[in-house]
Parts: sequence; C-alpha cells; structure tokens
Amino acid sequence: MANDNLFRVCPTTGLQFHKPAEALMKANAVVAVVILLVGGVLALLVTLTRWPAVHLLAADQFYQALTAHGIDMLIFWIIFFEMAVLYFTSSTLLRCRLATPRWAWAGFALMVIGAAWTNIAILRGDSSVMMTSYVPMPANPNFYLGLILFAVGALIGCFVFLGTLVIARAERTYEGSIPLVTFGALTAAIIAIFTIASGAIILIPTWLWSVGYISQIDPLMYRLVWWGMGHSSQQINVSAHVAVWYAIAAIVFGARPLSEKVSRSAFLLYILFLQLASAHHLLVDPGISSEWKVFNTSYAMYLAVLASMIHGLTVPGSIEVAQREKGFNRGLFEWIRKAPWGNPVFSGMFLSLIGFGFLGGISGVVMGTEQINIIVHNTIYVPGHFHATVVVGTTLAFMALTYWLIPVLFRRELILKGWAKWQPYLFGIGMSVFSLALMGAGTLGVSRRHWDMAFTGTALGYEYPGSAYVMMGLMGISGVIAVVGGVMFIVVVVGSLLFGRKTEEAPRYGSETSVLPLGPAPRTDHSGLGVKGFVAPGTFVFALVFLTIFVVYYFINWKYLAAVWPMS
Amino acid sequence: MSSIMPPHQKIWWKQPIDRVEAMWIAIALLWSLIMFAMMPFWHVYGKQNLSNEAYRTTPEIFGQKVQAMIDRYTVRTETDQQIPVVRPPAGSDVYLAGRLWQWWPMLELEKGKSYRLHLSSMDWQHGFSLQPLNINLQIIPNYETVVTITPDTSGEFTIVCNEYCGIGHHSMLGKIYVVE
Repeated sequence: MANDNLFRVCPTTGLQFHKPAEALMKANAVVAVVILLVGGVLALLVTLTRWPAVHLLAADQFYQALTAHGIDMLIFWIIFFEMAVLYFTSSTLLRCRLATPRWAWAGFALMVIGAAWTNIAILRGDSSVMMTSYVPMPANPNFYLGLILFAVGALIGCFVFLGTLVIARAERTYEGSIPLVTFGALTAAIIAIFTIASGAIILIPTWLWSVGYISQIDPLMYRLVWWGMGHSSQQINVSAHVAVWYAIAAIVFGARPLSEKVSRSAFLLYILFLQLASAHHLLVDPGISSEWKVFNTSYAMYLAVLASMIHGLTVPGSIEVAQREKGFNRGLFEWIRKAPWGNPVFSGMFLSLIGFGFLGGISGVVMGTEQINIIVHNTIYVPGHFHATVVVGTTLAFMALTYWLIPVLFRRELILKGWAKWQPYLFGIGMSVFSLALMGAGTLGVSRRHWDMAFTGTALGYEYPGSAYVMMGLMGISGVIAVVGGVMFIVVVVGSLLFGRKTEEAPRYGSETSVLPLGPAPRTDHSGLGVKGFVAPGTFVFALVFLTIFVVYYFINWKYLAAVWPMS
Repeated sequence: MSSIMPPHQKIWWKQPIDRVEAMWIAIALLWSLIMFAMMPFWHVYGKQNLSNEAYRTTPEIFGQKVQAMIDRYTVRTETDQQIPVVRPPAGSDVYLAGRLWQWWPMLELEKGKSYRLHLSSMDWQHGFSLQPLNINLQIIPNYETVVTITPDTSGEFTIVCNEYCGIGHHSMLGKIYVVE
C-alpha cells in the first residue's frame, strides 16, 4: 500500500500515528460505538421489562432482547474497542508501523460480518438461547457461525498486535522495554488468544452439532470449555481497562507507576492465574470435585485477586504522588480534592476504578467462594456483579479514553462539553446503583434471565418478599438513569465526530519517524512528600477502607450461608 | 507520561519497591490466604457443603427412578395437573426431576430428618433454586446430582427454575413441604 510508511505526529501529545493503524483504530472504535448504541437500546428494553411496575416486553421478545444485549455488549462492543486499544498500544505508543495492515483489515471485516451474522440469527427469533447457549438447547446454526467468524477476526487482530511488537523490537523504534501500558495490552492479548482458542474448541463442535454432523455434545463439558471463553473474555477486559487506567493516569497527571516491577508483576499474575476464574460458573455443577473447585475458583490462592488489589493501589497511588509533586501535598486528601473532577477523561477513569474495585471486585470474590456460591448461583446477583465489573469498570474506562481519543485520534474538538462533564457521573453512579440493586434482589433470591418474578398465571405461584420488588424497582430507575448517561455519551461522541471543530486542518503525513526515548527519570528525592515517610498515604487509607468493607461483607455472606438448611 | 513510555531504568525489575506498595502487598496476600483457607475450613467445620456425589445417567433411567418413588410414596395430588405429592421415609433416597416446564414431583419432608436428594434434568439444563431459602444448584441432563439435605425449618418452599430453559422458563415451579 502506498501509505504503508506514512506517519503523522499529534501536535499536542507528540504521539506518532501510522496511517493504516490510525484508520484501523478509527474503524474499530466507530463500529464499537455503533454496537454500544444497539446494545444500549436493548439494555433499556430489558430493564423496562424486569422493572415489575413496567414489564414492557412479551416473554419471547424479552428473551430475544436479552440474548442480543448480552452478546452485543459483553463480546462485540468490548472486543471491537479492544482491537483499537491493541493497535494504539502497539503501533502508536511504540512509534512503529502496524504489522500487515491488510490482515488487520481482513480480521476487521470478519468481525463485522460475524457480529452482523449472529445479530441477524437472533433477530430471526430462533436463537433466543442467551449468550451462554447451553446445550442441549439448540440455536440456529447461524448463531454459532457468526460467533466463530467474529472470533477468527479477533484472533487475527491479536496476531497483528503481536507482529507489531516484533517489528518494533526488530526495527528498534523504542529504547529499553515496552511501556507499562503496552505490557498491560500484551497481557490482554495473551488472555484473548487463550479465550478465542477455548471458544473455537467448543463453538465449532456445537455448530457441527446444530447442523447434524455430531450427535451429542456433553452439557457439562460444554459448560467447562465454554466458560474458558465466557469468563476469560471478561479477563481480557480487566487487563485492558487496567492498562487504560495506567494510560489515563499518565496522560492526565503525568503519573508514573510507583514501581514498574510491582505493576508488571501484577500483570504477570493475571496471565498465570486469571483464567482459572472460569471455574466460578461451575461451583454448584455435578461431577466436579471440591478440590478442583477450591483451587480454581480461588485463582490458585487468590493470586489474581492480589494482582487486582495491587493495581487498585498503584494506579491511584501513582496519581497521588504526581499530584503531591505538583504541590497538592497538604494532608491526606488534598491531591484527590484538587483532581480535575470536571474532566471526563479523569472522572470516568476514577469512577471506573472505584466501581470495579468496591462493587465488582468484592462481589465477584465473595460469590466465587465455593460454598457461598450456593446462595448466589444464577440469581440476579450475578448480573449485579458483572454490570459493576464490565459496565462501570470496563465500559466507563473505555468511555473516558474515548473522550481523550476524539481530539488526538479523530482530530475533532468535543462538542457539548457540559454534557461530557456530567456524563461519567450519570452513567457511573446510575450503573453502580443498578448493580447494587441487582445484588440486593439476588440476595433475596430473585432469579436472573427471568421474564416474570410475579409468576402470574402459574398453577403453583410464588411471591418474593416486598423488599425484592423494591430492589427491582430501584434497578429500573437507576437503569434508566444509566441509559440516559449512555445516550449522552453517544450524542457527544457521534456529534463531535460529525460536527466538532477540526483541531488541525490538513495533518502532515511523512515517512520520517523518531525513536521513542526512555521515560523521564523518577524523582529520587521524595522527602517532604506525603505524610510520615509515606509518599501515598491517602491511597493507603483508601485501600484500608476497601479492605475493611471487603472483610466485613465476606463474613456477612458466610453468615447468610450458615442460615440455610444443612447440606452435605 | 511514563506509563506510556519505556521505563527510565532499563533494568526495571531491579527498581526498589515503594513502602506503601510493600505493606499493601503483604496485607493483601495475607487476606488472600485467609479467604483460600476458609473454603477447606468450611468443608470440615461448616454445615453447608456439596458432596459432589454425582453419576452419569439418562433421562429414561432417571425417569424410572422418579416414577418408582411416586408409585410407592404418593400421599395426595395437587392442582388441576394432578401433580403427585410424595412423602418418602426419612433418610431415604428422594428423586426430583426438572423438565420443561415443571419440577416433578412435589415432596413432603420431615423437619430435622435427612434425605438423599437426587436431581437431574429430563431435557435441557435447569436451575434448582429453593425459595425463600435461596439454595441454588445447577441441574444438567445426563448427570445425576446427589445432595443430602436436612430441612431445619418447616413450611412451604418453592423451587424456581433459575437456568433459562426456553419460552416457558418463567412458569417452571415446584414445591417442597416440610412438616413438623
């Protein structure tokens, strides 16, 4: 291609964009936002149906909408955006040409076709099998085929990322080691390859079964291998959004990690242990031993949880040190009070960090405890947990990054800056209350993926306690608030791309490139910073508050468990 | 902007660890190990554990076991569908099937007595969710789960299906009565 060697330098950030990589990032990000819009409409329909006072859709439409909502949000929106993140962290951050842009476009095309294909299969109405599509409940073969095509495309994207890292090393486009953010993206890519392999191992036979070439798929084996994809795909998100946190801390504050060694080791723990978490889904399944469950559900003694707790400290800790170096050094919390709370890039990222840790992280570990899972499995507590991790955590982090990418990548100024300022709060807090309400309803026994909690017209009937209805009503209200926040995001982003003022008229593309130098030297003398020799005392206090809530909530759930019938 | 630039010290793994980080890692690791230890601890000292006793079966074989129990121990029928209510002897093996869209049959158990409850599905996957206690188990066709339960509260309990099983999923219910 003629523009294979053309680069431009962003005048404000100094980042160097390779022309084909830039086009690919834009394409992936735009498709991601379009899918977010589709998934958001479905989210509203699902919310308004599960809100007992509204109960909008008919049963068949509800299950259809829920299937599409799950797949569009948990798989398509996020992985399209992650492709943009992978290309950014490799080609742009390393100032390197993207490996094989044609293959990257082929992968992109496969992903678009696959996503459309599966959505059409669901739209036709014969594939309302939920995201999990547990056998032996059959879906139309096209449902699985679309997912397989999408996965192949995503796999190509991962290899383009790895290829770019190889080129950057061979052509010495950077000095020393890859940046921490690229290291985090590499973690995400490695987990993605594991995830896609698991998906291929189970979805290809299931597709063959759906067209009649294989007589039977063992349902337990399906669950085991499918969750190797289903949960691991969410671990791609964790790695990717933690990388985004570090990136935003660096971009907004010029923060550097407290220590590279600790942050990188934590990513390494993700690679080694995070995928074991797929065992969380099998804790009340037959035919699996407790030893297997205990080892895997604990990610091998919670070493991946340890990694997340480390990131949860080091990201705000690095911001605290950067702020203190700027002079916001008084007391424990001046650094956070004087943070740019009106900048959506920061506020989105920080709400993502808080929501992911306090809501998603704690609930995930608690319900992933072997025995506690008995009182949680398949209740609406589970969606409560993963809306905190994937929506407040990943989606909000990606939204925050998008606000920064619009001027830098798309070269447009943001329109409706006032909306952009409030959007992370509306979306983040709405979604956090939504998650808490679902967890509350789940603790009271309300089932997930269920059209009618009132069991109207059934011969036996059952009435949930009134508090469960209060929780589901709260879910409805906060869900609508979050949807409003989502709409604001899409209006600001799409509006800025179409009508935002251009930041530079004709960017200059040239073939000359410069080598990425080493980062600035850390300030060795930290005397005078922080309190009593601690450079980040405020963050440490936050961390202790987090731990206290974690411990208390963990043991409260053991107490709930101890109250149910003895089982052995 | 150093997280998005190469580390200044090329040998970054020799960089010293900050005090805040070292303390937090120690605390977090300790907490991780406590959480890990809680699960085996509960297997020894707790009362709510799954036995993990399970067998391969088929819907036909499991259906025969359910029917044999219904034939011997039915005490009455309920609703227009004439769903049998079975009162098996304390300590015995009790069979409960999930099928589209019903839990079959209803059970009547004695408070304080233990029963070996066998669960399986006659068709697709189902979720055994006993309300208002909130005990939840995954029910899978071709696998027979065995769990010994000891009801220690009496009253009427409802089994909700909480694994999506098609268009009638939300109407799939069952009952367990526990009598003094």
